[in-house]
This record gives sequence, C-alpha cells and structure tokens, in this order.
Amino acid sequence: MNRFAELLDRLAYEPGRNNKLRLLTAYFREVPDPDRGYALAAITGALSFKHAKAGLIRDLITERADPELFRLSYDYVGDLSETVALMWPKAPLMAGHNNPPPPTLTEVVTTLRTLGKTELPKQLSRWLDELDETGRWALLKLVTGAMRIGISARLAKTAAAALGEKDPHDIELMWPGLSPPYPDLFAWLEGRGDKPVNRDVAPFRPVMLAHAIEDEDFKNLDPADFIAEWKWDGIRVQAVSGRDSAGHMQARLYSRTGEDITKSFPDLVPSLHLPAAIDGELLVLRDGRVQSFNVLQQRLNRKLVSPKLIKEFPIHLRAYDLLGDDANDLRELPFAERRKRLQAFVKKLDDARIDLSPTVPFDNWNALMAARADPASAGAGEDADAVEGVMLKRRDAPYLPGRPKGQWWKWKRDPHLIDAVLMYAQRGHGKRSSYYSDYTFGVWTDGEDGEQLVPVGKAYFGFTDEELLQIDRFVRRNTTEKFGPVRHVVHEPDQGLVLEVAFEGLQRSPRHKSGVAMRFPRISRLRWDKPPREADRLETLERMLKNVTGN
Amino acid sequence: MRPQDILLPTPAGLCCKPGGFHIDPVRAVERAVITHGHSDHARPGHGAVLATQETLDMMRLRYGDNFARSTQAIAYGAEIRLGDVTVKFHPAGHVLGSAQIAVTCKDTCIVASGDYKDARDPTCAAFELVPCDVFITEATFGLPVFRHGDAGEEVKKLLASVTLFPERAHLVGAYSLGKAQRVIALLRESGFDAPIYLHGAMEKITQYYQSRGIDLGELRAVRGMKKADLAGTITLAPPSATSDLWTRRFPDPVTAFASGWMRVRARARQRGVELPLVISDHADWDGLTATIAATGAGEVWVTHGQEDALVHWCKSKGLVARPLDLVGYGDEDEGEAAATDEADA
Repeated sequence: MNRFAELLDRLAYEPGRNNKLRLLTAYFREVPDPDRGYALAAITGALSFKHAKAGLIRDLITERADPELFRLSYDYVGDLSETVALMWPKAPLMAGHNNPPPPTLTEVVTTLRTLGKTELPKQLSRWLDELDETGRWALLKLVTGAMRIGISARLAKTAAAALGEKDPHDIELMWPGLSPPYPDLFAWLEGRGDKPVNRDVAPFRPVMLAHAIEDEDFKNLDPADFIAEWKWDGIRVQAVSGRDSAGHMQARLYSRTGEDITKSFPDLVPSLHLPAAIDGELLVLRDGRVQSFNVLQQRLNRKLVSPKLIKEFPIHLRAYDLLGDDANDLRELPFAERRKRLQAFVKKLDDARIDLSPTVPFDNWNALMAARADPASAGAGEDADAVEGVMLKRRDAPYLPGRPKGQWWKWKRDPHLIDAVLMYAQRGHGKRSSYYSDYTFGVWTDGEDGEQLVPVGKAYFGFTDEELLQIDRFVRRNTTEKFGPVRHVVHEPDQGLVLEVAFEGLQRSPRHKSGVAMRFPRISRLRWDKPPREADRLETLERMLKNVTGN
Repeated sequence: MRPQDILLPTPAGLCCKPGGFHIDPVRAVERAVITHGHSDHARPGHGAVLATQETLDMMRLRYGDNFARSTQAIAYGAEIRLGDVTVKFHPAGHVLGSAQIAVTCKDTCIVASGDYKDARDPTCAAFELVPCDVFITEATFGLPVFRHGDAGEEVKKLLASVTLFPERAHLVGAYSLGKAQRVIALLRESGFDAPIYLHGAMEKITQYYQSRGIDLGELRAVRGMKKADLAGTITLAPPSATSDLWTRRFPDPVTAFASGWMRVRARARQRGVELPLVISDHADWDGLTATIAATGAGEVWVTHGQEDALVHWCKSKGLVARPLDLVGYGDEDEGEAAATDEADA
C-alpha cells in the first residue's frame, strides 16, 4: 500500500503529462503482480468492491476525534479523505506486541471484496492505524472510490503500454475483455504471453470530443471542409449492440466516460436491435418535441426506473455518428462517409426512438452564425430551445479518441451577460478548498432604504487561475464581516468588485429573494475598471426574462 | 478588574486604555508596542514605538529611518511601566526578535503572544512559557489537520531531491523574514555546505541576521549568475517570485515551498509547488493546544486564523474562550505578504 500511496502522492504534485507517464511506467516496471494490476485497476476505476460511503468514514473519524473539530477541518481542507488522513490520531504503540506491518494494496483490495458490511469499519480503523499519513490518504481515496488524482484511465493505459512499447490504442480495444489484476495484459506487455483478445460483444469505444471554437479560429478554417449539426442540450451516449455466442442480441448504453448506464434506460434497449455502435445524444421527447435539459434530468441517476417515469419521460436517441456497423469498425473512415452509413443504418433500423441528428446547411461562416443565432428558422423548428449551439465536424476526420486538435469544434450560442457586484465569498471545495472561489453576486434594485444590492446568483468558475488569485486577494483585503466560512465583501456604490457574469438561461424563482434564478452562471470577466454603481439593475434581468419567455 | 478593561480590540488593533498604547496596531497610533517585525504586525507611521532591538532594526530596514517619531528598545525579561500597567517582553520563538507581551494591571496578567511557535529554531530565541490569567493566542494553524512534524526531515526531502536531480536548480519559496534564514540554518545543520543563493529581496534581511551572529554559511546573490552554473544549486526566494518570469533564469527549476500550508494538498497544487516542505514559524495544532494548557490561563482570546476550532477546543476543556476578530493580520505566506515582497524586490 505504501508504494502505491507514494505513487499517488507524487502524481498529485506532478504537473507534466510526460513526467506523470514516467512515474506510472516506472511503478508498473518495479512493482510485481498482482499489486501493479490492482493499482492499474484503481486508477482506471475498474475495481469492483462495494465502496465505503462517505458517511462511514465520517463515523470513523468522529469516534476518534471531536466532531466539531472534524467539521471545521473538513470545511477547511475540502476533501474528506485528506481531512481524515491528516487528523487521524496516532494509535498508541502496544508494548510487547508485534505492531503489524501496513497492508499491501492486494491485501486491501482482496479483503474489501469479501469483507462483510459490518466488519468494514473495524478493518478500516485497523488499516488507518497501521498506515502513515500518505498511506491513509491513499487508502481512503481507494475505499471511497473517489480517486480524482488528475490521472485519466487513458493516461494509465498509455503508461502501461509504454512498459512493452505497445500502442495504447491496442489496450483500449482489448480493455473491456480484461479484468483486474490483469496478469495476461502484463505478460503480453513484458513479452511473456500472447496478446489478449476482447471477447465483449458490445464494448465501449473511447469517445471523440470537440474543442470550443474561438473567433480567431475561423480565419484558418474553410467552411467547405466542414459539416455542421445542432449541438443538443442532452446527454452524450454511446449505444452498442452485438450478438453473443448464443446468437442473442446484447445491447448496452454507455456514458461518455464509458460507464454502463443501460439499467437506467431499459426503454431504449429494444430499439437497439441491430448490431452497431451509435454515438448520439440522449433526449426526452414528448409528442416528437425535444424537452429541456431540466426535464431530461428527471431520468438521470435513478436506481429504480418505474413504468410511470418511463411513460412520463420517454427517452430518445438522436444519432450523429456510427462507429461500428455489425462487425465492421468504421472509426478509420472519414466523417462524411460514416455519416452516409449512419443515414442508411437509421433508415434500416426504422425505430421511432432513434432518429438522425440533422445537418445544418451553410455556405459561409456568416450563414452558420445566423443559423446558430436563430435555430428555429434554420431547421431546428420547435426543438430550437434544446439547441445549445452548433457542432462543426471535419468531413475527412476519422473517429479519434480524446480531443484531437482541429477535427471537431463546438460553437455555443452567445450566453447572456450581466455586470454584477461581488457580495459574499466562500471557500471552495476540493482543489479550491483554500481559496475563496465561490461567489455570490448581486444587482441593484430600489429598496426600502434607497438603492440596494440584491443577490441574484452564485458562481464557482469561469475565471482563470490568475484571476482566482486576484479575487481571493481582493476578498481577503476587503472583508467587512465573517460569518463562519462566509465572508462579507465590501459592496458599496464606489467600493467593490464588479463581475461580468455569463449565464445560459433565466427562470422565475420564488425561492430567490430577487425572484429570478440563473442557469449555469459563471464569471466571464473581472471588471476592475467598473465602479459598482454602474453594475446592472434587477430590471435588466427582468427584461431578459420577458425576452426569454416571450420566445 | 475585568480583562477587557485592560485590553480591548478596536479597529486600530488591540488597545490598552490604562496603559495608553496599542499592540501591533494596523493604523497609525500615538504609542505602539510591537511583537515582531512582519509587516502586518509592524507598520510604519506611529508616534512612539516600543519593541525589541531586532524588531526596531527590521522596521528600519523595511521602512527607513523615519518609520516612527521615537523608538525605545526593550530586552527580553525587562519590565517597563506604561500608565497604569506594567509591560514585559518574553521570547515568542517566531522569528528573530519576536516577543510575547505580558501586560499586567493590578493582579491580572494578560499575555499577547503575537505569532509564536514552540518548535526548535536555530535562528531565534526559544519560546518561553509565561503563566498568565488571559492568554491571547494566534490560530493560523488552529485545526487538528495541521501537525508540522520535524522541520529537519523536510529539509532532508529537499536535499534528497537535489541529489536526484543534479541537473536542475531548486527554488525554495520562503518568506523573506525568518523562514528563509531558518531554512538556510537547517540546511547547514544537515551538512549542506555549498553556497546558497538568494533572491534580491532577501539579501538585506539575511545580512541583518548574519550581523546578529547567526551563522548561515556562504551566501551569494543569484543576480548575474549564468543559467548553467545554477544546476544543482539551492536558491531561496519570496514565494511570489517562484511563479514569476524571474524563474526563467534557472535550469528546469524544481519549485519547493516552505510553509505550514503545505500540509494541505490543494494549497500546494494550486501554487504549482512540486516539492512541498512543511516548515512553519507558527505553532501547529498540538503546539497551540499544549501551550494554551501550559499557561494555566483560565481565559483564552483567539485571533487571526482558524479561531472557531481553537475556541471550540478551549471550551471543551472548560476554559473561557472567545475569538477576537481582529482584522488586518494575514499569515506571512499568503498572497498579501507576497505582494509586499514584490515591492521590496
């Protein structure tokens, strides 16, 4: 466990991708089976023991330490595993007793697999006593299933591939057929065994992602090279089906990260009755009309899918790419060719739940900009509200995993912008736990005592790291009052910080004092140049609300 | 006499009415009594200033000769009468010249400890425990997640990294008053005897430490050095400089940061630190709680830092405790102090 903990610790501080790869590859080279295999599984999220709930970890620490001190510490550190690892009180050394050595990673993983639920707390306490700080941190990350150490599964596989100077793509292809601790994979990488084959009939293919397009990008792009589609405000999924050895069709639905989410959408499975791999958007359609993301949200993260839910929120797949057709891998083909095959496939499938995402015709960037600004009259019709922009895909682009440069672009609709005044700041969580990174902002309105600021939203991101430092410094220097973790930041007509806030949508909300709620607000610019008195007024938002609902 | 009649928090700082002075005032006042030379505690523009000789010297270095109308130096252990109170200075173990200030009025003794640490530090007098009725404590690291460990071990981590990467330069971010000199002294204790390089902002204050008889070995200015010659060397710099254009003069630098904050990963990562060194000039959680208990004080006032947790701990031990909510004190490793460093550079 300690060698694994040391690896995670060093990875956590290493910023460079190449150095991360070197650290990982060195670990796979030095550490024997099965520890290294379990490490690979842990980093790629492939371990399948029941994870300890955060509540259990809280119970463990509050048995050993003052609950209030734990609460304050957690609030400060922002990460449960780290907080507990740091404040776990040293167990007294037992005199005349052989204090046990810390557990190995294999011991931890195999014990967790078979351990009964009631024995888990005691076992964890024992391990926490035996391990040092870094070991405790790694153990808790592992058992809570929240590694989040900035290492993607892809990077870990790339590092493993480097062990045998193999192509990481090969590992991706065989991956669904492998299971921890991957003895056959390491045997192949070290030249001691044959190449493992993937026997999964409906495997996940790593998805291809788009870059956000910037104004200056257009200068270097030729409209003739691209096909445009609507960017739907749904959930990106991959629907894969294939026949098993008994000839039965197996269908699976994967999230963009490869998580199997089939169980949440049983109503879509019968529609996947031809062997293929479709890349598309999961949407809720009522009377043929795409519903908003808020409606779709009702179907997400459900453990139990009731008939009522299925009826009220009918699920739909809008297809935009075809990665495999029967046994053929189409990913090497240019997009224009895949698109043709997709059209033919959707026609052959002939299923009401699966349709084709239409293309958006355009001759030049101005025409596309007009379509993006007004999807309703550019073909999206009644579904225009569910369009969050356009996608640009190179006609000749193969389907490449990850976010390859220059192949796919996303061009979102212009967000709404307002100038608001920073009112309160709170420390963030996770990576930002030691910085004031959660901001409540307000706009002006007529109050009982004249002009006053009323809070209209909260934003946690949108700023650069450099801007975060500047705001953090501003908050610390301009705090007028402290309420627990919340700082009141000066917000007077001539004193304070104006934030340009971008947001996606606006709704009436009786729960907010201002009466409006923003969707997806973020800080787009810091207006050091603007005095707070010149920030926007609530009336501006109300006007926007009218315009939005008036559409 | 109630303790709050002796010392009272005001916007200008902790005010002693019967003595007619403020302790570490953040605004200009007639008479200031100052615990130590960090810029958030020792500010210019006061009428009369009472402090240790070292603190007065540091203020002079930073602000020039006219930083106050008049000054008076006081030695550790010396007692002085101001108005209706007596004031006595005791070592705080924080940085060179740092003091706790014991204020006694009639039969009530309040100790304003300023910033302090009970850990060993070869560059300043060791913290002295002062029994008192009311103890005013800082709470910079007032959470049980902060346990600093042995600073010597952290310096060994740095030396191991220097051995591992002989082709790279090691840049150690350290606050220029106190932390930098302590890190240098610890490096010397660990047997590192090569020249150590200094950022321009650290030269004056480090020379001052040497002039007070603290042996720091051979020190050189990094200014004017050739890039290639800095391979395998250690350079001390203000924390803000380690993420600056300034670092381009070094060959593939490894960025270290010596601070108690380095216990928390998010802090280290956010600053782009590759080699976090948990070395602090403030008491850690165990140090704070052990010190509070040992003073025998029945009442504890908690200021700058994590007041809530320490107040909670005191109350759970049956002590009267309250946060002081003094505004204007940072901890010197944070951005605010770093900005001051830039101004010095």
